[in-house]
Amino acid sequence: MLTCKQASKLISQSLDHPLSWSERVRLKLHLIICDACTQFKQQLNLLRTALQHIRNATENDLNIQLPSDVKDRIVRTIESDQQ
Amino acid sequence: MANNVNNWLNEHGDYLYRFALARLRDPHLAEDVVQETMLAAIKGNNFEGDSSARTWLTGILKHKIIDLQRKQVREQPVSDLIDLDGSDSTMDDFFDQSGHWLDKPQTLNMPDNDLEQKQFLAILDECVGKLPKKLKAIFLLRDVHELENENICKELEITATNAWVMLYRARMGLRKCLELNWA
Repeated sequence: MLTCKQASKLISQSLDHPLSWSERVRLKLHLIICDACTQFKQQLNLLRTALQHIRNATENDLNIQLPSDVKDRIVRTIESDQQ
Repeated sequence: MANNVNNWLNEHGDYLYRFALARLRDPHLAEDVVQETMLAAIKGNNFEGDSSARTWLTGILKHKIIDLQRKQVREQPVSDLIDLDGSDSTMDDFFDQSGHWLDKPQTLNMPDNDLEQKQFLAILDECVGKLPKKLKAIFLLRDVHELENENICKELEITATNAWVMLYRARMGLRKCLELNWA
């Protein structure tokens, strides 16, 4: 029987690579009887979704612009680099 | 040469900056990586007419983001990396000796309401900012840049086990931070 510590590790890993057959079965059995780990799994799913929201919000926010002094600095850096 | 850069920055600078900021969550790092992209673009000069300049520059930028995150991971002391293979004593904050949760995970939901959702995401963004540098770098590459695990290991020259442990720790910390600051 998996402990919650082991189960939580597998839940996180399942986001990164396919679990083995036996890992999947053991995790499933654990989740049936464990509310806390089921909750943890939902938290990690939420984390993923929320981060995609954050990324998209930044990408699409036209108010975010490369500051003009940074633009000037980049041009100057490249000019001096070319000499 | 500088003319090219000027044009690129005027036409695509804001877009590239947003793209970088979205994945690095740090204005200074985002500025640096746009500069690196311009330097590489002017040096490489391998722009193919069949793709748009924006697509080409974004392709360079993606690589520069990974390069920068690799530096963030490597700057850490070697001992830290070795520790990752061994015990998971840092998980003692979350589990008792028999592997049970010390504090049961709470229900977390993304708010439907726009304003509350913004606040929620702002808190999460702050939580990401508080992660140790190395964990933050690998976590952003995986869950925000959405690089495959295999590529993360290759790019950062770490083992798959190291990557899983680091991602596990980052996620564990973030959900706790959300619980403390939101729920």
